[in-house]
Amino acid sequence: MTTRPARGRKAAGQSHDLDLLRGMLRIRRFEERCSDLYQLGKIRGFLHLYIGEEAVAVGAMQALTPDDNIVSTYREHGHALARGMPPTSLMAELFGKATGCSRGRGGSMHFFDAERRFYGGYAIVGGGLPVAVGLALADKMTGRARVTACFFGDGAVAEGEFHESMNLAKLWDLPVLFLCENNLYAMGTALDVSQSVTDIAFKAQAYGVPSRAVDGMDVLAVEAATKEAAASVRAGGGPQLLELRTYRFRGHSLADPELYRSKEEVERWMERDPIATFTERLRDLELLSDAGLQKLEEGVKGEVEGAVAFAEESPWEPVDDLLKDVTAP
Amino acid sequence: MTYRESIRSALRDALRGDQRVFLMGEDVGRYGGAFAVSRGLLQEFGPDRVRDTPLMESTFLGAGIGAALNGMRPIVEIMTINFSMLAMDQVLNNAATLRYMSGGQLNVPLVVRMATGGGRQMGAQHSHSLEGWYAHIPGISVLAPATVADGRGMLLAALQEPDPVFIMEHATLYPMEGEVDEASGPCDIRKAAVRREGTHVSLITYGACLWKALAAAEQLAKKGIEAEVVDLRVLRPLDSETFLASVAKTRGAVVIEEAWRTGGLAAEVSAQIMENAFDVLDWPVQRVGGAEVPAPFAKQMEDASLPQIEDIVAVVEANLV
Repeated sequence: MTTRPARGRKAAGQSHDLDLLRGMLRIRRFEERCSDLYQLGKIRGFLHLYIGEEAVAVGAMQALTPDDNIVSTYREHGHALARGMPPTSLMAELFGKATGCSRGRGGSMHFFDAERRFYGGYAIVGGGLPVAVGLALADKMTGRARVTACFFGDGAVAEGEFHESMNLAKLWDLPVLFLCENNLYAMGTALDVSQSVTDIAFKAQAYGVPSRAVDGMDVLAVEAATKEAAASVRAGGGPQLLELRTYRFRGHSLADPELYRSKEEVERWMERDPIATFTERLRDLELLSDAGLQKLEEGVKGEVEGAVAFAEESPWEPVDDLLKDVTAP
Repeated sequence: MTYRESIRSALRDALRGDQRVFLMGEDVGRYGGAFAVSRGLLQEFGPDRVRDTPLMESTFLGAGIGAALNGMRPIVEIMTINFSMLAMDQVLNNAATLRYMSGGQLNVPLVVRMATGGGRQMGAQHSHSLEGWYAHIPGISVLAPATVADGRGMLLAALQEPDPVFIMEHATLYPMEGEVDEASGPCDIRKAAVRREGTHVSLITYGACLWKALAAAEQLAKKGIEAEVVDLRVLRPLDSETFLASVAKTRGAVVIEEAWRTGGLAAEVSAQIMENAFDVLDWPVQRVGGAEVPAPFAKQMEDASLPQIEDIVAVVEANLV
């Protein structure tokens, strides 16, 4: 579903479309490289890939200003890249290097960037929602017109903190934009195995939070929906929720043998690959040529390889600093 | 002034003095606080700064974390420490962890107050002393004000800290009368305090047990035994220096707390004495702790489950002869 007219497009629109495509490609190629580096043992710990869900992060981020707050999950590489965090600092964090965005203290699940108001990847499912509510409470109490965008997955909807946060955000009319990435599985447990009611947008409405479901495989649909919702939140209209229906093409983490879903199901969703379909759309509209696509790919490849080189060359934090930053010095 | 009024005076001064400060929790506003600590504050400061929350310990504590990250100075009240178990995910995984996990980029200047402890026949879901669980966690401070003056001074001091501070108020202390300068500012929250000097034994404790230890010391004095009473005050980070200095002087120690002995804070204090002062000890460190049972309701049973003055006296006499 796209709402953008096919004819009469201006150069600015074309440039924006290419930015969207570049943003999604950057996430895809970055993570494909991460997967390789994980096999090589350069990246350790858990690695939860966002591949397949890129349209959500890139589309949603178009609605946010640098002054807005972002709360994310353990599957946050895409959110961080779309927010403009440098791939160098993210790759270095995945390596565990001192130049990483969390100085090597966080790893894949815990990216932070205070300057960009990226308040972190939260790896206790649902645990970021109350924090987002509090960030928004501070903005409301001080009269700032900021939006707090809070990403979480369908798994979080089963947690009490989801329901508590819906209630409190609406009760106090706080400027939170809840962005539920519904990829149909909480690790290996399907939504219909864990929820008596699988309509997530409907759950938000039970708390009086306006909500709707959006095609999370269509970057333009995500952009349009988040812009509309964020404008209302920013104008003081209280919290909103978008259920972004998407799918992860890879396993839950790289340790996942994927016993809980069929290859056919994955293939069906891959036919709706947000990058392939958007690329095709731009080609059909003659907004993107082979040469143009190649240029995009090369640019992104350069960024990713630059990030890997940066991570490789970066120093480790000295072990003497082990106790640093537990509390203020 | 009572302990309750002392804390209230600090809340009032903090709300008056700093627009970033607000209080939130269950029944802190219209009801006036489950223990009447915040009575009258809603009328003075309004519902924006004295916020009644729904019953959702995890989410309103988490919201306190978020507000603290975003420039505010929230004071979160949790009705009892047993209820705070519902918020432990936010305490441990977020409040205590964000500074470290973010490589020092974030800090959480959050103050959380809660009532703790037994002795009021409140049964097994309102009476426990779980301070030791909190004191186990790096990244936070844990305070146990035992005096009326500390009730005020510690709260004012906590509000100046850049990292989370948990204040454990023993529920039996709220009506206690004591001295406090109403104009006093923050007190020290790094050091333990010697509340009574003595030379024969160190009674090391905190919270409401301080008063039992002092009473035990009076009884022992009549028998010619001079006990030194150390009020830990700060349960994390422990001021080891003060209690080790006391033990170096008295050559014997009894550690007293309401909490269950297994894995308790007294075990930590005892271990530190073994590690650092073993050579000065005339007899093994002793502990007087709570019985290893869920808090019973009936008075005689609850009394038997908690450290009592005579228990402390008996332990000292049995070891000091």
